[in-house]
Amino acid sequence: MGAMVWVWVAVAVAGVVLLYGVVTYNRLVRVRNRVENAWSQIDVQLRRRYDLIPNLVETVRGYARHERDVFEAVTRARAAAQAASGVGPQGAAEGELSRALRQLLAVAENYPQLRANESFLALQEELTATESKIAFARQFYNDQVMALNTLIQSFPSTLVARLARFRPREFFEVEELPRGPVEVRF
Amino acid sequence: LYEQAARNRRRTALLVLSVLALAAGVGYLIGLVLGVGVMALAVALAVAALGSFSSYRFGDRLVLRAMRARPVSPEEEPRLHNVVEGVAIAAGLPKPAVYLVDEKAPNAFATGRDPEHASIVVTRGLLDLLNRVELEGVVAHEMAHIQGRDILLGTVVATLAGSAVLLSEFLLRWFWWGGRRRGDGRGEGAALLALVGLVVALLTPLFAAAIRAAVSREREYLADAAGALLTRYPPGLASALRKIAADHTPMRVANNATAHLWLNQPSRVPGEGLHWFERLFATHPPIRERIRRLEEM
Repeated sequence: MGAMVWVWVAVAVAGVVLLYGVVTYNRLVRVRNRVENAWSQIDVQLRRRYDLIPNLVETVRGYARHERDVFEAVTRARAAAQAASGVGPQGAAEGELSRALRQLLAVAENYPQLRANESFLALQEELTATESKIAFARQFYNDQVMALNTLIQSFPSTLVARLARFRPREFFEVEELPRGPVEVRF
Repeated sequence: LYEQAARNRRRTALLVLSVLALAAGVGYLIGLVLGVGVMALAVALAVAALGSFSSYRFGDRLVLRAMRARPVSPEEEPRLHNVVEGVAIAAGLPKPAVYLVDEKAPNAFATGRDPEHASIVVTRGLLDLLNRVELEGVVAHEMAHIQGRDILLGTVVATLAGSAVLLSEFLLRWFWWGGRRRGDGRGEGAALLALVGLVVALLTPLFAAAIRAAVSREREYLADAAGALLTRYPPGLASALRKIAADHTPMRVANNATAHLWLNQPSRVPGEGLHWFERLFATHPPIRERIRRLEEM
């Protein structure tokens, strides 16, 4: 009689532990998928920016032929960013590209005819929008990474995470662009 | 935010249930008066159930139509579309449909039943008045309403209140003209008309109270805060609200059934402040208080 009770208690405890394990595992998978989805959002926006750059460079070149250094810097930074892999190096390369692009736009400021050009203005709007989308996607990605890492590192979910080999992810860090009412000026 | 979403779903269910109960009660009364028994109750329940279901399923389309909103393409309004898409990415939600209302008064609202079926609507005046960062603040506020499922409750309330207003106006007119044509008529008919008159008289303040109870002012503060968290830039929305507060253009499509949906309570009369009848339906906290709270973040 007494032995039977203990067997039942053991079965109940094992059941609870197993249930917790399953629930936590599913939660880990869900959060990890969210992180991956968030990363692909960033990727989409980064690609859009790569696609915009050749057009932008061509348009500016049409008015500012002898600013060769700036064009080369942008083209080089774009190639480096496209070739980068891994969260850390990607962030560094994208920061470099952002700096080069800002320089390109600063140069464009010196050409009034260019600033009046319809297609340049449209490209500039696209670029500004894409950069703010990159920033938003990065913010969302980092929030999801934070949630995943917290889950992986805190007790007792860390036991399940270790057993199933979940690894903490890296935050996507890019040099912060100044925020505030930076408007497209006409 | 998830708690808020759950609470909004609960409130919507509660609202629908009370509408059904109200319909059952009215149906039962009519059945008693006319002597047709349970028949009237069944019909009233069926009508109310159908109405509730369609306000859940098609409420957003009704609201969009009532506001004379039209969809805009990314080619027509690239800045607006870009901002909406960006803020949707920040919230981790699919991009909502984008609509425009040709009104000079700067304002915006969101509608739909869930984040997968949501729309963001802005007025022409808003686009002309705000710069990119301010527009981002406003769109983030609306996105917060979508994320917190405020839109479901807001839309159901708008359609139900809208149909109640229509119904009471219809009954009032019928009462007025029908009563005159028939003279003082027979006793039974007169009693019925008196009952209808009473219901109409009770309905308007009742619905005002219901709308105010359903959509607490707290949720505007919540959406301001959640929106600021999305853009990580509270001054954007604060500056937008300051510009909107300074603008007193009246809005033609404003009405009391849908006032609670807007970013800032619209007014049909020109000049500062609201008409007394609009104040009866006051669903928004004072805009100055909202700006103050944003500035403290």
